[in-house]
Amino acid sequence: MIKHLLSGGDLDADTATEILDTAAEMATVAGREIKKLPALRGRTVVNLFYEDSTRTRISFEAAAKRLSADVINFSAKGSSVTKGESLKDTALTLQAMGADAVVIRHPASGAPHRLANWVDGSVVNAGDGTHEHPTQALLDAYTMRARLGRLAGLSVAVVGDVLHSRVARSNVLLLSTLGAKVTLVGPPTLIPVDIAGALAPGTDVSYDLDSVLPNVDVVMMLRVQRERMNDSYFPSAREYARRYGLDGPRMRRLPEHAIVMHPGPMNRGMEITPEVADSPRSTIVEQVTNGVSVRMAVLYLLLGGNNR
Amino acid sequence: MAYPPAARSSPPQQPSVKVILASADVQRVVDRIAHQILEKTQGAANTVLLGIPTRGTPLARRLADRISTFEDVAVPVGVLDITLYRDDLRRHATRAVGPTELPPGGIDGKRVILVDDVLFSGRTVRAALDALNDVGRPASVQLAVLVDRGHRELPIRADYVGKNIPTSLAESVKVTLAEIDGTDEVKLYGGPAS
Repeated sequence: MIKHLLSGGDLDADTATEILDTAAEMATVAGREIKKLPALRGRTVVNLFYEDSTRTRISFEAAAKRLSADVINFSAKGSSVTKGESLKDTALTLQAMGADAVVIRHPASGAPHRLANWVDGSVVNAGDGTHEHPTQALLDAYTMRARLGRLAGLSVAVVGDVLHSRVARSNVLLLSTLGAKVTLVGPPTLIPVDIAGALAPGTDVSYDLDSVLPNVDVVMMLRVQRERMNDSYFPSAREYARRYGLDGPRMRRLPEHAIVMHPGPMNRGMEITPEVADSPRSTIVEQVTNGVSVRMAVLYLLLGGNNR
Repeated sequence: MAYPPAARSSPPQQPSVKVILASADVQRVVDRIAHQILEKTQGAANTVLLGIPTRGTPLARRLADRISTFEDVAVPVGVLDITLYRDDLRRHATRAVGPTELPPGGIDGKRVILVDDVLFSGRTVRAALDALNDVGRPASVQLAVLVDRGHRELPIRADYVGKNIPTSLAESVKVTLAEIDGTDEVKLYGGPAS
């Protein structure tokens, strides 16, 4: 078993499948009266969040607590980071306190990789800059498998701001390992040149959403990062929504069985209309539920045994 | 070479293997346990059989099958995975988690009979009792095992025992079942050569 989970590319097909299978067992715990397992009793998991997050942090916290681990939440706001403490010094502090795993979200791409060299425990990347977010990719894969019964051979369109999306990068790496075919769709300004080949050969790029929709099993809409609107990657929000937003008429062009995914938080009316987001095809709420199971599986597989 | 082959009086030292129960014996033992369950539970009403993976699972199914043949009672069967409740999780590489499948009626208020192949230290059963505690509240819990090999490390005993095998700690008991291994057999490895 791997020691850290830093990238969607860290996982081979067997390990990724093991995580998804374990997550399926973890999911049964959510249906019990006692939603608790003793597997990580006495282990300490630190949530180290340098960036705002609701669902990922709460999801990791719930996952660790359901496995009986002790959870320490750290957010950069209100900590010594505002006094200028470096990531390395913070890491050494956590190390000294005996953290068995550090779940880190950081605005700088690659921060979790640096951290992994400084601490003895396992490091889980919970989103680093515009780089990767592997547990999101795992929960997306889990959701697809749960809804459609398989991953191999699926055709997945990842639509929107690929340039800034760590979700997209991790998903391309993981889904291609698991045998799905990914097509990246978005305006040319938001899809890096050569990204498809650089991440996983076999990945396609398209600038025309309407031509892709009839042939996909999954449409994954990415959040348009409004904080980057000033950079004029596209002329206006309205134009973006008209060309790359998923609305009712576009949804009806999808195959009968196809599902619509979104990692959240959504901009309703921008990349996705409320009609689509609240339709039975949408898996947005399931994704949140599955996130806890998948993160339980990841924490268990990293920390459950003696893998040192 | 210190000893030329001709000088040897016996073949090279190999761990000895002794068949304790052959295929027909295993079936007879399962039949007997099924009868004992019926006798002790007055007809196996309100009873659930939970197999502990790996080999407890097919054993529980067989017992239910035999019970329904003998007295036409359908006893619900489930699987109780104990991986996450083991007390030695930290001492080994991460173990794969298996499925826990409870029968549709659940186990609340039922008489649960745990089924396993070998009873040894008792730690597996302790883990199973903990796991049971998290999935429901049975009225009572009993234990059925194919083989009891002794060396208990916890105050645990079985209610139904297929075969008591006195062993030394140097020996190992291996149960094979047709559903998993292709044949029904109980073998003792590493015992004194017979």
